[in-house]
Amino acid sequence: MAELMTDIKHHLNDDILMGYSAGTLPEAFNLMVASHLSLCDDCRAQLESFDAVGGALLDNPADGRDVTMDTGSLAATMALIAGGARDEIRVTRPAGKLPAPLQDYVGGDIDAIKWKPVGMGVKQAILPTSKDASARLLFIPAGVAMPDHGHKGTEMTMVLQGAFQDEGDYFARGDVEQADSDHYHTPVADIHEDCICLAVTDAPLEFKGILPRIVQRFINI
Amino acid sequence: MLAGLDTTIAPPPGQAYYKATANPAGAGKERVNIEDKKEKRLLWVSHMTRIRDSQDKAAFAELYAHFAPRVKGFLMKSGADASLAEECAQEVMATCWHKAHMFDPSRASVATWIFTIARNRKIDVLRKQRRPEPEELTWGPEEEPDQADVLVLQQESELLGRALADLPAAQRDLIQKAYFGDLSHSEIAAETGLPLGTIKSRIRLALERLRHVLK
Repeated sequence: MAELMTDIKHHLNDDILMGYSAGTLPEAFNLMVASHLSLCDDCRAQLESFDAVGGALLDNPADGRDVTMDTGSLAATMALIAGGARDEIRVTRPAGKLPAPLQDYVGGDIDAIKWKPVGMGVKQAILPTSKDASARLLFIPAGVAMPDHGHKGTEMTMVLQGAFQDEGDYFARGDVEQADSDHYHTPVADIHEDCICLAVTDAPLEFKGILPRIVQRFINI
Repeated sequence: MLAGLDTTIAPPPGQAYYKATANPAGAGKERVNIEDKKEKRLLWVSHMTRIRDSQDKAAFAELYAHFAPRVKGFLMKSGADASLAEECAQEVMATCWHKAHMFDPSRASVATWIFTIARNRKIDVLRKQRRPEPEELTWGPEEEPDQADVLVLQQESELLGRALADLPAAQRDLIQKAYFGDLSHSEIAAETGLPLGTIKSRIRLALERLRHVLK
């Protein structure tokens, strides 16, 4: 298991945690949440609270009390049970830099990521998720400004290695930056180490068009 | 439970629900009702133990009678037709049997645990998506959980249920829609005709109330 980070400063907000608990987020966002929870016990405790809200609603629905099971339903379920548990294949991943849910999508740890260069030393790897949102890993060389992207939807970025700075805020491993549609920003990777992030967005990828705007910038920390 | 209401600041057993009884008139009757529900909650926990330890079919049948229709109703509200919801509810309940050893009553009520199984099934079947789970999400206790922890958690669940029932209808409605209607906040806005800002602030108010009651 990836080590728990105790000094995470930028957490998941209530909207996102509630959506994860309710099961209404696109797959890419679920991947972001699961990855963050793998590193952050605070948010995991918060999620348990949201799950508890779901449990209370299930136990005490305001309506729908008239729903009944079909005749022979219990017997059918006992037959299902007698048929044995469905096999669940869960690959146990060795501890690495990537949290386990991400390793499942990459097929291994950081060295297994299939990077595609996008210019200025920046690389990306798009992860296979449902089409309603996209997830990608970004590699930004130390000291380089991240490709700025005007996004239409919500974008969340979590640091996996290194760090970046954005408008006075500092984001290190496990920290999540959430930017909504009108947010204009140019995060810059910390000079000390190449930065690897998970970025998810519910707007279509607009990576190509912004390539010319990538500016190499160095910061002094 | 909600926002930092973990076991460290949980009220001592036996006190919390009296505090939550805001309305003195009829408090006696309510208390009986709460006691009743609390009993039920602990009953489900012991049923899970019986299922886990001795494959107790009678305990399972009672659990089934209570939860299976609720799971089916939940899936129907999320967009499944009656026959798909029936099929999935049966699968969810079968999973409860098979995974009984994973249930940890010091971390969740039986209702919450079943909710998470039903939700994952919903994502799987209705949304046809993978569900990334955090690593080492241990519902599975290494050893028997401390009975005091179990009591505290189960009591907090009861408080939460009450607080939810006591929410103003408009707030409760939105929370229920967010969980059961399988709608994002923007979709709720479209369905109710309320501005997105109103939806968000009502949900935020509801969550604040729940947190307040649980403190």
